[in-house]
Amino acid sequence: MSSPSSSARKRARSSNPPTPASEDPLSLSPRPREPSTGELQPMPTSPGTDMQSPAIQDTSLFSSPVARRSVPQSEVDMSSPLIYDTPSRGTPARQRPDLGSVRKAPQVDLNSEPPSGDATVASEQTAGQRLVIWGTDVNVGTCKEKFQRFLQRFIDPSSREDENACLDLNEPLYMQKLDEISVVGDPVLNVNCGHIQTFDADLYRQLICYPQEVIPTFDMAVNELFFDRYPDSVLEHQIQVRPYNALKTRNMRSLNPEDIDQLITISGMVIRTSQLIPEMQEAFFRCQVCAFSTRVEVDRGRIAEPAVCRNCNTTHSMALVHNRSVFSDKQMIKLQESPEDMPAGQTPHTTVVYAHNDLVDKVQPGDRVNITGIYRAAPMRVNPRQSQVKSVYKTHIDAIHFRKTDERRLHGLEEENEQKLFTEERVSMLKELAAKPDVYDRLSSALAPSIYEHEDIKKGILLQLFGGTRKDFSQTGRGNFRAEINILLCGDPGTSKSQLLQYVYNLVPRGQYTSGKGSSAVGLTAYVMKDPETRQLVLQTGALVLSDNGICCIDEFDKMSDSTRSVLHEVMEQQTLSIAKAGIICQLNARTSILAAANPVESQWNPKKTTIENIQLPHTLLSRFDLIFLMLDPQDEAYDRRLAHHLVSLYYQSEDQVEEEYLDMAVLKDYIAYARTYINPRLCEEASQALIEAYVDMRKIGSGRGMVSAYPRQLESLIRLAEAHAKVRFSDKVETIDVEEAKRLHREALKQSATDPRTGFVDISILTTGMSATARKRKEEVAQALKKLIQSKGKMPAMKYQQLFDDLRGQSEAAITKDMFDEALRALTDEDYLTVTGKTVRLL
Amino acid sequence: MPSVQDWINNPLGVVDGAFAQNNSGAEWEKKVVEYFKEKLKVNGAQSWVPSLNDVPLHYLKPNSLVKFRCMIQDMFDPEFFMGVYETVDSSTNSKVLRCGKYKDVTDCGQVDFNSRNAVTSERQTFYCVPIPGESQWVKEISFHQARVVPSTSYTPNRHKRSYEEDDEMDTQAQQENNCQWNDSHRNVESKRLETEAPSQNNSPSRCSSNLDLNFPLPGEQGPACLVKVYEGWDGFKLNDMLEVFGILSVDPALSLMADDKEASSLLDPTESMETVEEQRAHSPPASLVPRIHMLYAQPLKHNNPLLPSAVSEDKGACRFLSGVLSELTSVRSELLTYLTHIFLGDSLAAEYLILHLISSVYARRDVLPLGKFTLNVSGCPHSSPYTDQLYQIIQQLVPSSYQICMSLHNMNNQRMVPRKDYTANRLVSGTLQLASNTSLFLDETQLEQGQLDATGVRNITALGNLISWQKVDYDFNYHQMEFPCNINVLIVSEGRSLLPSDCQVHLRPALSPPNLEEYLKTVQLAQASSQLNKYRVYFTVARSLDYNISDQITKAVEEDFVEMRKDDPQSVSAEDLHRMLIVARLLSLSYGQTSLSRENWIKAKQMEMMRISRTQQQKCVNGNEP
Repeated sequence: MSSPSSSARKRARSSNPPTPASEDPLSLSPRPREPSTGELQPMPTSPGTDMQSPAIQDTSLFSSPVARRSVPQSEVDMSSPLIYDTPSRGTPARQRPDLGSVRKAPQVDLNSEPPSGDATVASEQTAGQRLVIWGTDVNVGTCKEKFQRFLQRFIDPSSREDENACLDLNEPLYMQKLDEISVVGDPVLNVNCGHIQTFDADLYRQLICYPQEVIPTFDMAVNELFFDRYPDSVLEHQIQVRPYNALKTRNMRSLNPEDIDQLITISGMVIRTSQLIPEMQEAFFRCQVCAFSTRVEVDRGRIAEPAVCRNCNTTHSMALVHNRSVFSDKQMIKLQESPEDMPAGQTPHTTVVYAHNDLVDKVQPGDRVNITGIYRAAPMRVNPRQSQVKSVYKTHIDAIHFRKTDERRLHGLEEENEQKLFTEERVSMLKELAAKPDVYDRLSSALAPSIYEHEDIKKGILLQLFGGTRKDFSQTGRGNFRAEINILLCGDPGTSKSQLLQYVYNLVPRGQYTSGKGSSAVGLTAYVMKDPETRQLVLQTGALVLSDNGICCIDEFDKMSDSTRSVLHEVMEQQTLSIAKAGIICQLNARTSILAAANPVESQWNPKKTTIENIQLPHTLLSRFDLIFLMLDPQDEAYDRRLAHHLVSLYYQSEDQVEEEYLDMAVLKDYIAYARTYINPRLCEEASQALIEAYVDMRKIGSGRGMVSAYPRQLESLIRLAEAHAKVRFSDKVETIDVEEAKRLHREALKQSATDPRTGFVDISILTTGMSATARKRKEEVAQALKKLIQSKGKMPAMKYQQLFDDLRGQSEAAITKDMFDEALRALTDEDYLTVTGKTVRLL
Repeated sequence: MPSVQDWINNPLGVVDGAFAQNNSGAEWEKKVVEYFKEKLKVNGAQSWVPSLNDVPLHYLKPNSLVKFRCMIQDMFDPEFFMGVYETVDSSTNSKVLRCGKYKDVTDCGQVDFNSRNAVTSERQTFYCVPIPGESQWVKEISFHQARVVPSTSYTPNRHKRSYEEDDEMDTQAQQENNCQWNDSHRNVESKRLETEAPSQNNSPSRCSSNLDLNFPLPGEQGPACLVKVYEGWDGFKLNDMLEVFGILSVDPALSLMADDKEASSLLDPTESMETVEEQRAHSPPASLVPRIHMLYAQPLKHNNPLLPSAVSEDKGACRFLSGVLSELTSVRSELLTYLTHIFLGDSLAAEYLILHLISSVYARRDVLPLGKFTLNVSGCPHSSPYTDQLYQIIQQLVPSSYQICMSLHNMNNQRMVPRKDYTANRLVSGTLQLASNTSLFLDETQLEQGQLDATGVRNITALGNLISWQKVDYDFNYHQMEFPCNINVLIVSEGRSLLPSDCQVHLRPALSPPNLEEYLKTVQLAQASSQLNKYRVYFTVARSLDYNISDQITKAVEEDFVEMRKDDPQSVSAEDLHRMLIVARLLSLSYGQTSLSRENWIKAKQMEMMRISRTQQQKCVNGNEP
C-alpha cells in the first residue's frame, strides 16, 4: 500500500489518532476508517474497543476509531452516511457486509435520542464543503449531491444493454430504474460505472478509490431521492446501490497491491462455491440470575463474553442464547481466470470472493461472471500464541455485484454482448484494414498460413468465422433464422484437413474439437448425471452446447455412427438441442457453426464416381451444409512445385518470421470479433435481385446427375454467405459483389465448375489446367461418332462392348482411349439412346 | 564486504545489510540481486552452493543459500506480503524498520500493522519438483563434481542444526545418518546411496498424513519445493526447467500453522474457508516441502551436466563446443556401431534412432509443430526383455526419460493428463507433464487384447495428441487448457503402432544371438563410461545446432519432388515431403552440418526409400493389411 491515501488511512486507524493540526478536528469523528489490514491488531489496547459496554450508549467510541473489518460492530456508527439523515420512513436499512462494514441500524435509537455523533455529522454537513471523510477527499454532501444529479440527469441514448431493454432511452435512465424499483419492489439499484464516468469523472474516481465511503453515500442519496418521489412505497429494506463495470481492472492477473481497498471489476469463471456460512453478527446474552439481556457485537470473529452482569453484578452469569443472536449469510466463491485472459504456458490464477446476503448462491460453479467488488488484504498470524506473523496477506474480494457473461445463452436474447474491448487505435487500425480493397484476400491468406493454397476453402472458412446476420422471425412463426455457416471438408487423406480444423479450433474463442470416431451422441449433446456429492441430477453439456456462439470442429465426420450424426440434424438447422432424459426436459441453445472433415467413402476420392457417390452422407444432412469443399490432390507439376517450395520454406524460416505471422493471427482474431459484434449487414434491393437470379440458375443446373441439387436451403446459404462477405468488408449493406462472391464460392466449393454437368464427375485435370472447353468438345465429338457408328450398323438390338470399342478405334483418326469410349457410352446413356449392361450394349 | 562463506551461509545478512544501507529507495533490491549474480558468476562459484537435489534437507542450514534444479510443476496464486514493515519493541517502545523480502515469517517483535512506512509487495509462488525422469547418470555426474569442491566449513554447523530441529525424529536413525555422513566425506560413492537413505527413513515417520508431493512420475524421489519468485515471474512457464538459487527457508513456524489450524479456525471464520486439502497443498510442512526464496534463476535448455548449461555466453563454453563439433562425425560413427549392435545388426534402425534422439520441436507454424520426429520401431519381439533393455540403453544416453508400458492395466489406470483439483486448488500431475526434450518410451509390446475403459480412451487420445501436435490438453474440469510440449516419443511395437507416428521402421535383425540378454549386456559393457559421456554430449549438442537450407538446395529439392510426383503421383504426397525434409534436417545435424547439402538430401531420400520398401515388404509378408 504505497499510495499516500492509504497510508493516511492507516494513521486514522491507530488507536489514539494524533490530531493533525492542519485539519479540522471535526473531520476526525465522522467515520472510523475501516482498516484493511488491522484485523489482527491486538485486541483491547485502545479504550475505544471496550466490548463490554453496550454499544449505543457509549458515545466515546466515536472519537476513537476502531480497527475492524468485515465483522460486525456493536456501536452504531452515527457518522455512517448510510444511517444518518436517511429519510427511511420506517424502511429498515440493511447491512452491507459487502462493504466491509456491517452496521446495525437501530432506527428507534436514532429517532428518539440522537447521540452526540449526530451533531458532528450535522455540523459537518453545514460546515461547508471543505470537510471530507477522514483519509479521503470525499465530501459527503458534495458527493451525494453529485450522485443525485447523476441519477436525475443521466441519459444514455446509445445504450445497447439488455438491462435497459424496455426503458425509454431519452428519459433519465436511472429515474426509470427507480420507478421500476417502486413497482417491482426489489431494492437494488445497479449502476454502470461507465455511465458515472462519462457523467462526472471526478465522482467516478472517488467511487473507484474509496468505495467504502462513497457507496454508502450513494445509498443515502438514492434513498433520499426515492422516498421523496415515492413516499408510500414499501420496500423490504432500503435501496442499495450496486455499481458494476468499474473499468479499473479487467484481468485477475493484473491485480496488484495498489488495488487493495479499491473498487475493481474482474472477469472469471466460478470454480467452487462453499456452503452457506451463517456468520454471527451479534451475540445475545442473557443473565441466568436476573434475566437481564445484552447484545454483543462480534468483533474480528470474536465475541467478548460479558464477565459481569451489569444489572445484578453477578459474575459469569451471562449465557449465550443462540436463537436470538443475529446471523448474516456469507459464501465463499473461488473465481478462476477465464482461459482467454491467460498467457500461454501458465496456469490460471484463482481469487477468493465473498458473497454476502442476497448475493449468496447467485452463481454456480462453471458460470462465467464479471464480479465487481472491493479488493481486500489481511495479514495472517502464524500462531495465535506467538507474536511472529506470517508476512503474507490473505486477499479476497468482497463482492458487490455479479454479472454473468453467459447469461444470454440461457435466455437466447439476441447478439452476445461480451464486451470485448477494443482500443481506439485498434478500431481505427481495423477500419483501415477493412477499407483496403483486397481485405478479403488478405484475411484469407492470413488464415492458416502453413497450409498450402486451398484459397477458396480458406475463404469459405473465413466467411464461416464471420457468420451471417442473425434474424428473428419468431413473430411470423418461423423462429430464428440460422446465421451460422456450416462447412464440410471432404477429400483425400493427407490434404491437411485436420490441420485446418485444428487451426480454426485454436483461433476462435469458443471452439470445440471432437473426432467423429471418439464422440458419441451424448458427448456431443448433453447428458444427465448424478452429482456424487449432492446426489442431484446435473445436466452436463457436450461439445455442441459448449461451442454455442463458436465453432464446433468435427474430424472424421464419416466415421461417426448414424445415431450420433442424427443429433446434428436439429443443431444444424434449428440451432437448438432438445433433451429429454431422466426427467429433465429442456431445449438448449446450440448456435454453433459446424466445421466437419470427412474422407470419401473409399478413403480415396474415386474420380469414376460422382461427388454424391463419393461423399455418401444422407442427403438431409448434406443439405444442411452451406459449403461442401472437395479437397483433392490435383497432381499437377506446377502445383507440385509450388507445394514443394512452400514446404521447404517452412523448414528454414527464421523465428522472427514466425513471430510476424503470430501477430497476424491476433489481428485476425480482433477483426473477426469486431465484425461479429458491430457489423450487421442487411440486403439491399439489387443484391436480393441477384440472389433470386442465382437461385433460379442453381435450380436449373441442379437437376443434373450427381449434383447437389438446390433447395430453398441453398438460397438461405447464399444469403448467409453474402452477409458474411459484407461483414468482411465492414459494410452494413449486402451488395451485388457480395452475392457474386457467395455464388462463386458456392459453385467452387463443390468443384461444380469442374464437374461435367452430364456425367457428374469431377474432372481433376480441369481443376488445374482450366482447359475444359476443348476437352468437353472432344468428348462430344467422340459421342457423336459413336452414335453414328451404331446407327450405321443398322438395326441391331445389342452389341458386344469390346467389338464396338474396336470398331470405333478403327474408324477414328485420333487415338481413342477406353476412358473416352466409356464416357461416350455414358453420354449416350444419358440421352436415353442405349443402355450398357455388363459387356453388352443395348439400343433402346 | 562479507566473505565468501557469508554470502552462502548468511545471505539474509547481505540482504538486510543492503536494506539498512539505503532504505530510502527501491534501489537496494536490484543491488542485492546484482550482488548475488556477480558472486555466482565467479568461476566455480555455483558449485560451492549446496544443492537441494543432492544434500538431504536436514543437513542444510536454514536461511542459507541453496540451489535447486527443478521443473515448475504448478503455479500458485500471487501473494501479497509485507515488503517493509515496522516492529515495535514493547520494552523500549522503539520502532525499527525491517525488510520482509526473502522471508516467510516476520522477525521478532510486535509488528506495527498501522505503520505508514509499511510497503506491501507482491510475489509469486511456484511449486517445483526435481526434473521428472532424470537419468541416474545425470545425478551422479552433477553431484560428483559438486562434491569435489571442499565444503567442509558448513558441515559442523549443519550437524548442530539437524540435531536441534529433528529431535522428535528417531535418534538412532539420526545417529546412523550422521555416521554415514561422516564416512561419506571420504567416500563419494557411498554418499549417493546415503542421499536416498534418509528420505526413505523419513517419509514414513514424518508424514503420517501421507502427503502427496505431486511428482509427475510415480516412484520419483527428491524434495519438492515452493519457490517464491520476486520479479519477472511472467517470464516463467509451466514445465520450464530451472536452476534456482535462493534462500532456504524451513522455519518450523510454517509447519506449526497447519497444526494449529483447528484452533485458529474457531477464532477466525475466514480461516476456515480454505479446505484442509488446500491447506495441505499450499502450505505443506516446511520439513517436507521447503521454501526457497529465489534470488536468481537460470532457465535450463537441457539438464546434461556434461555441458555448460548456458550454451552461448562465455568463452569456455564456446571452446568446449567447437571441440565437440570437431569430433562430432567420429562420435557419430561410433555411436552408430553401438546402436547397430543393440538393434541386432540393423543399421538403418540405428540411423533412425539417432535422428529420433536429436529431434526437437524448434518452431511452431500456427498449430503445426516443426522438427518433431516420433519413431515407431516395429517388429520387436513380443513380451521379451528386449524392449526393457532397449529402454535402459536409451536411459543411459539421454538426460531424462520415462517408460510407459502400454499394458491394458496401465492404460486404464494411469493418470497421464494433469488435472486441476479444485478442492486442493492445485494441478494434480500426470505422467505426461514432462520437461522439454524428455524421451518418452512407449512399450506397445505389452499391450494385450481387452477393453479400454473411459480413462484408457482418454489416455490413448492424449498420447495421440502429444505425438501429432506436441501438446497436452490439461484437464481443468470446466475447460481444457492446451500446453505445448516438446517430448521425444519412441514407440516400440510388434506390428504397426496403433498410435500415429512420423516414421515407422521395421526392425530387421541381421543376427540372432542365442541368449539375447547376455548379448545386450556384453554390448553395453563394452562401452566405457567415457565413451558413453561422449554420446551424451553428442546428443545434446546436435540437438541445439542451428539449421538452414540454401536457395540452391531448395530449388533442387523442389525439382526432385516434382520429378518423383511425375512418375507416380500416388507414391509421394505432401506428407512424405514433410518427412523427408525432417529426415534431411536431422541427418545434417547428426553430422554437425548446419545447412542441407545435396549429398545429405540424397542420403535422406535413400534412407526413406529403404525404410518404406521394408514396411511394404512387411505388409506383403503379413498379408493382412490392404
